Order: sequence, then structure tokens, then C-alpha cells
Amino acid sequence: MKLEGKRKIWNEYQKEIADDKYFYVRSCIRQAVFPGSENTYLRIMRDVLKKDVHESAHHTTCTGIGYHTEVVPFETIQTVVARNFALMREAGYENYTPSCVTSFGIYTEVLDTWHHFPEERKRTAEYLKKATQRDFQEPGNMAHTSDIIYKFRHQIAEKSKYKLINKATGLPLKVVDHIGCHYAKMFPAKGIGGAEHPHVLAGLIEAFGGEVIDYPERRHCCGFGFRQYFIKANRGYSIAASKKKFESMEPYQPDLILTNCPGCNFFMDRWQYALAEMEGKTYDTKGNGIPVLAYEELAGLMLGFDPWEMGLQMHQVGIETLMDKIGIPYNLNEKYKGAKGEDLGVPESPRNINFYK
Amino acid sequence: MGQLFDKLNSDVRFVEGINGCINCGTCTAICPAAEVYDYQPRTIAHLVQTRDDSIIENLLKSDTIWYCGECMSCKTRCPRNNAPGLIIQALRKLSIETGLFVESEKGRQQLALKRMLSDTIIETGYCVHFDHTTLDMFPEQGPMWQWVQDNREAFLPKVGANYKGNGPGAMRSIPQSDIDELRNIFEVSGGLKWMETIEEHSAKKAKEMGLEIGEGKSSEYFTEVYNRNNHAKHSRK
Repeated sequence: MKLEGKRKIWNEYQKEIADDKYFYVRSCIRQAVFPGSENTYLRIMRDVLKKDVHESAHHTTCTGIGYHTEVVPFETIQTVVARNFALMREAGYENYTPSCVTSFGIYTEVLDTWHHFPEERKRTAEYLKKATQRDFQEPGNMAHTSDIIYKFRHQIAEKSKYKLINKATGLPLKVVDHIGCHYAKMFPAKGIGGAEHPHVLAGLIEAFGGEVIDYPERRHCCGFGFRQYFIKANRGYSIAASKKKFESMEPYQPDLILTNCPGCNFFMDRWQYALAEMEGKTYDTKGNGIPVLAYEELAGLMLGFDPWEMGLQMHQVGIETLMDKIGIPYNLNEKYKGAKGEDLGVPESPRNINFYK
Repeated sequence: MGQLFDKLNSDVRFVEGINGCINCGTCTAICPAAEVYDYQPRTIAHLVQTRDDSIIENLLKSDTIWYCGECMSCKTRCPRNNAPGLIIQALRKLSIETGLFVESEKGRQQLALKRMLSDTIIETGYCVHFDHTTLDMFPEQGPMWQWVQDNREAFLPKVGANYKGNGPGAMRSIPQSDIDELRNIFEVSGGLKWMETIEEHSAKKAKEMGLEIGEGKSSEYFTEVYNRNNHAKHSRK
């Protein structure tokens, strides 16, 4: 891949990312579906990088999924956003770092709205005061958690035990990135590398020694579409979008799909399983499917964290093929044990996609 | 200009979303919804530019405005910096406020979404709660997920989750005082009124259709709007 031109474009889309003292807000989907992923982020930030990351027990959903399904009005989500900002300032922090890409898009949209339409901000402040007696200030700095990992990617790589290198061949593993639409499609200047050539995940892949694979549908949506997934009648929209991406990346035979959005991480994983069950097809050559990881899961794996304590068994497409290629040891006997080592049995095997247990 | 257009034009998202569309079709070329539905964001931009209330009313009653997935890919690529996705958001708001959303199959889905999402928000503080991610609603979660659901208490602490626990952490129980604040925000800012509007218009439509609307996620009307898909009508021709 020729990088010169893209590097020039990426340089036009760089943003200030705070160095320390972060206020962390969780993602509804990520914590419900991949809770170990968020835990891994905090372990990296606190234990490996020695950063101050504060999480308030009092923060709530931003209501973003409700907003994008039109069951939460704009006035309400602006006020919920303002409340989370108020909690940050009350805790003595000003660097806001959401785990969710939908939320990141919501925060950028709301901040942009307040900038261009001050009357919206004024009304929001009045609503917040009336509803909660709180006052708020905008963040001094805001970055998605994938931006934070990007910022420290070289430090993380230096401390890592593993690289994205095929142990048998010595060649870089091939990785496709999938950036959540709301990371930069609405506000390109808020994403590292903008919307057309985002570098937030590509930079991480390169830092770990992998090869970034460009493919035709790299920027296509995973198909979440909010109402298009939540309503069963609409779900064909969702799986069709993911299928379009899998078909587009298939000729390049990637070893890994890397994501930064909780929803995308879910759909890239689960729709591979569903397509295998529906059509008997996987998009690798060995019936395993293509492993899918979030940026923080990949960083944790490279650092040598235990895959099962990171919750990688909560992916329906097995991660074992990736670990085998890199040479990361793992113990299948521990995969489905409980927190106290108790035997919890094993899940049923899917019919058409290999399953390690 | 008419009353409906004036209402659209009072939404800041509409103001931000349209700046003289030149009908180039770039948004349609990039749109994931246009791949699967009989839908063109280009047409949406074109139609609202007519400022004709009868045209806008037809849109508010139609399935068309509910096809968009709000991915906002259109925003990135539009050469005039329009955002049909924002226009759609303003149209959907107006469709709910006028009650016209119940006149289309896709619009009627609002009842299910309200009960799945906004009810969950003001009850738990989350849009999506682990307990609600069951395989009967979301079968693509796969057998692994059934195992996680079955073993939640013993397994989730292993991956660092604080399932229904106090204090910070993934899946924690959000304190009642915070839920109360969230509910107050919904009350003050119009969120509860919005939810009531969806229920009221849906109840009238359910009666007209001879379906029991009940409460929760198992009524006849909920089941109808959650599952009904007139594939022949909606599919890309």
C-alpha cells in the first residue's frame, strides 16, 4: 500500500488529545456485550500507562441509540449530555473520553450545535438546572478511547510481548480496519485522519507490526442503522451491509478485523456467525470465520493479558486462529470456567463455523 | 411555504441539513439504505426543497422516511455539505409530533422502539441492558451468548464486570437517585411527552387494526410491528 498521499491527508486531520486525567464514560452496548473490553482499556490506562482515569458511578447512557431511533428527542439528549459533562467537572476533570462511538458522535454533534445555535445551549442549561440543580461546562478536551490508545500506541507496542507477525512465516498479519460511522463521518475534523482516510486504527496496526489492508468497502457501514437492527423486521438491512463488507474483504484473506465502535465489533462478529448458519459460508478458507477485535482488546492481547480474563470468549467467532498465528499461548480448559474457577459447561457449537472449546 | 415546512425549518438539524441540494445523487450512491430499500436520500432532499406542505405530509405518512439508518455517510460525501440524514431526523420528529407515523408500516415500529429503548433508559439508565439481550429477541447472538446469559452470575466477574453491583464498572446498577435525575430530565425537556405521544397514537392505530396493544413487549400490536415486513413493498426495485 502506498502511504505517501494518505499520510499527507492524515496530517490535515490531527487533533489535540489530552495527555492524562481522563473522565471515562462507558458504552451501553460495549459493557453489555463485551464488558471485558472496557475493563481491558482501564487496565492498560491505569496499570500499564499509569494514567489517571476517573469513572463516576453516577453517569448514565447518553441516550444516543434512543435518539437515533427517534424515541428520545433532541432537547432531551442535549440535557443528558450536559448532565454527564456536569458530573465530569464536579469530579474535577475536564478531559472527556467516551467508550462508545455513537456517544462520541452525539457529543460532537451536541457541542457543534451549541456552538452554532447558542439558544440551544441556553435552553439546555435551563432544563438541566430545573431537572437536577446542576450546572455544566463543555469539556476542555474530548477524545474517543480509541484516540487515546492511538496516542499511546508506540508506548504500548514497546511494552508488548507480541506483534502482529505470523510466527510461522515471519510476515506481517493482514488486518482490515473498520471505523464506526459516527467517529468521523459527521465531523471529519474530529477524527484522526478524517473520514476518508482515518488513521486511528491503521496507526495501531502499524505500531504492532501488522499490514493494513485497503479494500473496496472499507468505509461502508457495518449495518447497525439503529432501528434497522433493533426491529427484527428490518434486520435484513443490517446483515446485508455486513455481508457486503465481508464479500469485499474476502479476496484479501485478512487475519483480523479491527474495530473502534462497540456496535461494529458486535456486528462484524455476530453477522459472520449468522451468515454461516444461514448460508453455510465463512469468509476465510478454513471455516473459522475472521476474528474481530476492538482496539483495546488487540492492545491487551499484544501486551500479554489473559484472553479469557479479557472476555474474548464472548466473541462468537473464535479468536484462537489469530492467537495461533501469532504464537500466543492459551488454555482452552480455562475458557469457560467461572470467576472462581468453577466448571460452567460449554456453549453449544454452531453448525457451520468452527468453535473452540 | 406552509405550516409543516415552517415546523421543519424550526428544527436546527433541518437548517444544518440542507443547503441547496444540486441533485447530484452522491448521497444515494453511498447510502446503505439505498442498497436494500426502495429509497433515495437524493429524493428526500429534492422533495423538502419544494417547501410544499402536501408533499411533506405525504413524506410524514410514508415508509420512506423510516428507511434511513442514520449512519450519516451522506454527510461526508455531499459536495454541498448537506446531510440528508439530518433532514430525515427532522422529518421523523414531525411525523411523531403530528401522529402521522402510525400511517406507515415502518413508522408504526416506533411503539416497539419506545418500549425497547426509552422505557429501558428511564428504568435502568442504559439504552441497552444485558438482561434484555435475549436470544428470542436477538437470535444472531448465537449459542455462546445463551451460555453467557445462563452463567451470568458466575462468569461476568471473571471479565471484570460489576453486574448489578454498586459503584462504578460495567453493567453496574445505576443508583436510583441518578435514575430519578434522568427521569426529571425527560420530564422537563419533553422526553416523557414524546414517549406518551408515541403510545397514544399507537393505541388509536392498534384499535383501528383490531390488535391489543397492552404493555411491554408481548402484546399483539408490539409483535405485529416488531415482525411485520412487507418485503415486496420495501425492497429495492
